[in-house]
Amino acid sequence: MRLINRTPSPALRAFLVLVPFALAFVVYLVASEIRLEANPSDRLLPSPGTILDTAVSLLTVPDRRSGAILFWGDTWASLTRLSLGVGLAAAIGLVFGMLIGLLPHVRATLSIFVGVLSLIPPLALLPILFITFGLGEVSKVVLIVIGITPFLIRDLSGRVMEIPREMIVKAETLGASSLVIALRVALPQVLPRLVQAIRLSLGPAWLFLIAAEAIAANQGLGYRIFLVRRYLAMDVILTYVLWITFLAWVIDWLLKAVARRAFPWTEVSP
Amino acid sequence: MSFVEVENVFQSYGARPILERVNVTVNRGEFISIVGASGCGKSTFLRLLLAQEQPTRGSITIDGRPPAQEPDRTRGVVFQRYSVFPHMNVRDNIVAGEAFARSFGRLFGSERRAAQERADAMLERIGLNHVADAYPATLSGGMQQRLAIGQALAAKPLILLLDEPFGALDPGTRLSMHDFLMHLRGEIGMTVFMVTHDLSEGFKLGDRVLVFDKPRWDPTDPDAYGATVTYDFDARNRGIPFQTIMEETHVLRPV
Repeated sequence: MRLINRTPSPALRAFLVLVPFALAFVVYLVASEIRLEANPSDRLLPSPGTILDTAVSLLTVPDRRSGAILFWGDTWASLTRLSLGVGLAAAIGLVFGMLIGLLPHVRATLSIFVGVLSLIPPLALLPILFITFGLGEVSKVVLIVIGITPFLIRDLSGRVMEIPREMIVKAETLGASSLVIALRVALPQVLPRLVQAIRLSLGPAWLFLIAAEAIAANQGLGYRIFLVRRYLAMDVILTYVLWITFLAWVIDWLLKAVARRAFPWTEVSP
Repeated sequence: MSFVEVENVFQSYGARPILERVNVTVNRGEFISIVGASGCGKSTFLRLLLAQEQPTRGSITIDGRPPAQEPDRTRGVVFQRYSVFPHMNVRDNIVAGEAFARSFGRLFGSERRAAQERADAMLERIGLNHVADAYPATLSGGMQQRLAIGQALAAKPLILLLDEPFGALDPGTRLSMHDFLMHLRGEIGMTVFMVTHDLSEGFKLGDRVLVFDKPRWDPTDPDAYGATVTYDFDARNRGIPFQTIMEETHVLRPV
């Protein structure tokens, strides 16, 4: 039998899913073990036990100066920036994506421009953003918006243009105006793609968030990571990294669930 | 004055002529089948009737109105595919036939309920009332095309344009769709233009069969000339001519 025709049984599949995770854990464990054996006070690869202890104290012990638990404050600050940035980008992307996809005049005006904009590396603009918008929240949110909006616009305008011409003409023969075609034909078919595009752009969004926080902030997940880096506090960094990974996974899962509930017609197979 | 008048229509894409000198007049309630080889301008002709394209010369008028600049509610259309909206359930697809003409594409309150009742009556007529709440993707190809026809009729167009509506269906479904269409037409007497690849389908359904072909052919440059209507068959009475007495003859007729 060809390899492409062999499929694992459900039990084997579950096992195979776990293998890479277990392997990564074991590799870390062994590496950490080797380093700690050579130097018990080594900080580079702390043992999983140390990380767990640090995580517990991060979650329970309040900061001596402010009395608040920094971990939750950081999480709240980062998630606020992320959702503001992604939300704004999604709104802008949806509006311009629809306009470019539906209206030939707007397409002629903007599609090349957006293509060029999307080539600008957003991080290179960060100094300008800090100077223009200050070191506060605005510059971080704007970095996320600048970073992912061009992608969203291009993806959504592409989706609008994928709507078969027949369907648009059919709507025209039912007397639909351009606005009605936008609201009742294009928008409902673009929204599932919007959720998908947001899921794809969350990776870059986190990247821009952490980059902005690393350079100038007074709280946030990225800020904390780059702060404790000075003390080689790998246990704190790893805890934060695992937490960010978990948050990203939960957000992705939530978006997928929302899409499934909100757009039942995409689920039915033809 | 005929219902649909196609006067001396030419259409070319760039330097390439597609249609030349097309003249057709159609009476209200006639069923016109349009047949011809691939690439001989049948679909172009349908797009011109639909006003999706403008002819380079000539004009098309329906019911004496000025030629349309873009598709509107006077023309209903059913394509081979993509003729229904996948994100609306079956009932809403029919309601769209009335609602899309409003400023926001929606009906509210009692108007909405009345439209839904009319939609249910339409679904009853096209035999889809048992799947009113399903999404089109769950329907078979034949049911989707029935829905597309019902949706087009809900907007009460002057003419109905069918672009190979049964081309993607299997032979059995196609036959039942023929019965469905003939039955529906008997009820509402709509003026229909149907493009088809299937000659027997064209003759079976149509009152007239228009054949599009190129009357002139340059073997060294096949694109040099466009197509036109080369035959205009009377397909009533199974294509046997002179079966219908048109004028008053003052002789006794068999009842």
